[in-house]
Amino acid sequence: MLTKLKDFASTFFVTGDPLIYGADVAIVLTTIAIVFVLTYFKKWTWLWKEWLTSVDHKKIGIMYLIASLLMLFRGGVDALLMRTQLALPNIQFLQADHYNEIFTTHGTIMILFMAMPMMFALFNIVVPLQLGARDVAYPFLNALSFWLFFFGAMLFNLSFVIGGSPDAGWLSYPPLSEMSHSPGVGENFYIWGIQISGIGSLATGINFLVTILKMRAPGMKLMNMPLFSWSVLSTSVMIIFAFPILTITLALLFVDRFLGAHFFTMTAGGNPMMYVNLIWMWGHPEVYIVVIPAFGIYSEIVSTFSKKKIFGYKSMVFSMMIISVLSFFTWVHHFFTMGAGADVNTFFAISTMAIGIPTGVKIFNWLFTMFRGRIQLKQPMLWTLAFIPCFVVGGATGVMLAVAPADYQYHNSYFLIAHFHQVLIGGVVFGYLAGIYYWWPKMFGFKLDEKLGKWAFWTWNIGFYVCFMPQYALGFMGMTRRVYTYGWDMGWAPLNLVSSIGAFLMGIGFIFQVWQISYSIKYGERDTTGDPWNARTLEWSIPSPAPMYNFATVPHVSEQDAWWAEKQAREAGKRAAAAPALEPIHMPKNSGIPIIMAAFWFVAGFGFVFSWIWMAVAGLLGVAACLLARSFQYDTDYYIPVDEIKRTEASFGRGI
Amino acid sequence: MAHTAVHQASRGQTAAHAHAAEHHDQEGLKILGFWIFLVTDCLLFGTLFAAYVVLRTHTDGGPNGKELFEVPGFVAETFILLTSSFTSGLAALAMNQGKRNQLLGWLAVTALLGACFVGFEVSEFAKMAGEGATISRSAFLSAFFTLVGTHGLHVSLGLVWMTAIMLQLRRRGITAVTRRKVFVISLYWHFLDAVWIFLFTVVYLMGVM
Ligand code: HEM
Ligand SMILES: [Cu+2]
Repeated sequence: MLTKLKDFASTFFVTGDPLIYGADVAIVLTTIAIVFVLTYFKKWTWLWKEWLTSVDHKKIGIMYLIASLLMLFRGGVDALLMRTQLALPNIQFLQADHYNEIFTTHGTIMILFMAMPMMFALFNIVVPLQLGARDVAYPFLNALSFWLFFFGAMLFNLSFVIGGSPDAGWLSYPPLSEMSHSPGVGENFYIWGIQISGIGSLATGINFLVTILKMRAPGMKLMNMPLFSWSVLSTSVMIIFAFPILTITLALLFVDRFLGAHFFTMTAGGNPMMYVNLIWMWGHPEVYIVVIPAFGIYSEIVSTFSKKKIFGYKSMVFSMMIISVLSFFTWVHHFFTMGAGADVNTFFAISTMAIGIPTGVKIFNWLFTMFRGRIQLKQPMLWTLAFIPCFVVGGATGVMLAVAPADYQYHNSYFLIAHFHQVLIGGVVFGYLAGIYYWWPKMFGFKLDEKLGKWAFWTWNIGFYVCFMPQYALGFMGMTRRVYTYGWDMGWAPLNLVSSIGAFLMGIGFIFQVWQISYSIKYGERDTTGDPWNARTLEWSIPSPAPMYNFATVPHVSEQDAWWAEKQAREAGKRAAAAPALEPIHMPKNSGIPIIMAAFWFVAGFGFVFSWIWMAVAGLLGVAACLLARSFQYDTDYYIPVDEIKRTEASFGRGI
Repeated sequence: MAHTAVHQASRGQTAAHAHAAEHHDQEGLKILGFWIFLVTDCLLFGTLFAAYVVLRTHTDGGPNGKELFEVPGFVAETFILLTSSFTSGLAALAMNQGKRNQLLGWLAVTALLGACFVGFEVSEFAKMAGEGATISRSAFLSAFFTLVGTHGLHVSLGLVWMTAIMLQLRRRGITAVTRRKVFVISLYWHFLDAVWIFLFTVVYLMGVM
């Protein structure tokens, strides 16, 4: 009995690596600490009622933000572990298999569990407020999306201490990811972690598309809508078209592994290249899914901090829509070397380069917006200014990669690594950070400290170039991606050392940001006006943080930059019409079902990971029970009475 | 500035009126969301179809469609499912006339037909597996079982869902909410029917030809 148990434990838990034992201890201690604090301060009910069951888009947004910052930390630690290993030749810090696990979890986490939720955080926090709406179209579904993401991410991260991490790369190409080559449970964790959170992402896409189409304030035409909301519209459409492909691709891989099917195997007629095609039919749109909202953020910020209307609004909208369509026709550029033939490769080379055109249009529009504007170098603007050159270089190296014959040289080299980090960090991460700085006062009611922020900004930026510029050269010198070590004779040592120094500088930048947030919670400049940047769109017309119903009375909009126009009119003495009588506000009730249902998904996923059918079935039955419970629930809304609205508004110093 | 951009909308409705309107909006919103969900489901099936078409000929020396598919079986399945789509239409008709019992009756018939369909499919699968044509025999069979099975799974889930709605109809009668629910499930049902037509053509007809 005891030996059996021992046997089980030694395969169930990841053993043998001191780094992981350290992590085990840290996880147990943190959990105990959290439970203790919550119990000691009697915060369980508060946590459950105010957060875990909340369907308020603002709170869901904050939960996304916290989770994504934690994931940025985990992905960042992975990155630093890899850069430590590569700093000098022949280092024995990580073994080959451990290195494989780390680049896999780093890539997967950074894209699916860091970038996606950070993007959803901003969707949730900003879009309803920008549209003058009281919530998203389906608040319950919104909460469910969050919890699916959360439990999917938990499942994925668990692989680190239980069962073993996936190690077949962030896209898990077969046949490497098949049973024949990866018999462990790691790939199952990969599949189910992404699958569960992916369902949530798909639902979010639908939710925000409908929100934007149907919930805009009266009078707000689509062509008056703020550009961030436009970017969300464009991204939602891409999510709706791309994510079903991911769902099926991963499902087929799982059917191969679980039922012994032959979709992607080397035997019995399977076709591994079909997987590569399918995963990139999702994967390429996915990179645009994460970058388009960043474009939206930059547009808002450039306009606000140049004190000018955005230059070329219509071309901004059209370029985003064109990018979202084109992004579905470029996937083969990830494997020109498959040998599809000159005709196919030519098509995909041209379609890829074509994306450069609308992107260039956007760059010029941002520059023209700044031209002769009264530019204020606040933190959001700093990150935006850093983005432009970074993305231009990243885009140029992307066009280099798109030259199909040349790609036979660059393919899977460090040149590629440098390219995609430049667009992902310089485009996506800088953009989301800019957005977080920009909307932070709207979320929390205070600004983030400027001085610490400048330190963070410069260390991140200098670190970025120090880290990734040498990698372009390393690529030309023949260094391929996913190598865990190299010899002195290769001549790669100096540049790798420089690169690793840059990585640690970025790590210091992140620490500055943690410090900045902690410091500003106490000492940050409070935002009492609701409009700390003298901005232009509707979210700045209400108090910070926004009351739970957002708008006491629904605004009426008749032009672009509605809040700016309103302020101009007030200044000119043409004050707004007297506020009309308040009405009771219709709100959705909180619900525990989303978190419980997602937890059951977690149980089912865990069961499938270990092929414990009883557990998988139990989890799925739980999911079904939750769905039915929701279907039979009719009492799902309530009204906020007028008195309460008056009291809330008065507490913000806004009499009605 | 000629006019004010943001002035507070005064709708001048009585609160009660506003509530009713909001309720109406909400049901419409949910139906729109469901349409978009169907788009995603369409893409789901589209991907499966693509995989099937690629792997159709990859039988690895094992049985092919011509040897496996039995014409009477899949024709019967087709008739049953098409009829159930028709009866779900009759259910919607009864609902629009406000006849609750008739509505319940047609939904029950629809669900029964759906259950028959699933029964046929299960026995078809079992028979094939019994002959050694399992999901792991060849890439063709992997794609076949996954594609057709995903459709069958959709129908089965639809059955549970339809039963739940029937219970709610019995308890609450035809209201704005139950009306929307019936509308949505019948959309779903017709959608599965349309997918089956493609399955019938691409998998079965082209398989036996
Ligand atoms: C904080 C700075 C970062 C550093 C220092 C860093 C470093 C690295 C390193 C060393 C690798 C492995 C290269 C190899 O051995 O092939 C890698 C791979 C990767 N990184 Fe990063 N990274 C950073 C940020 C990010 C971000 C923000 C994203 C996405 C939003 C990202 C996405 C990826 C992906 C997708 C891979 C490929 C994984 C694979 O090969 O399967 N990284 N990164
Ligand atoms: Cu691509």
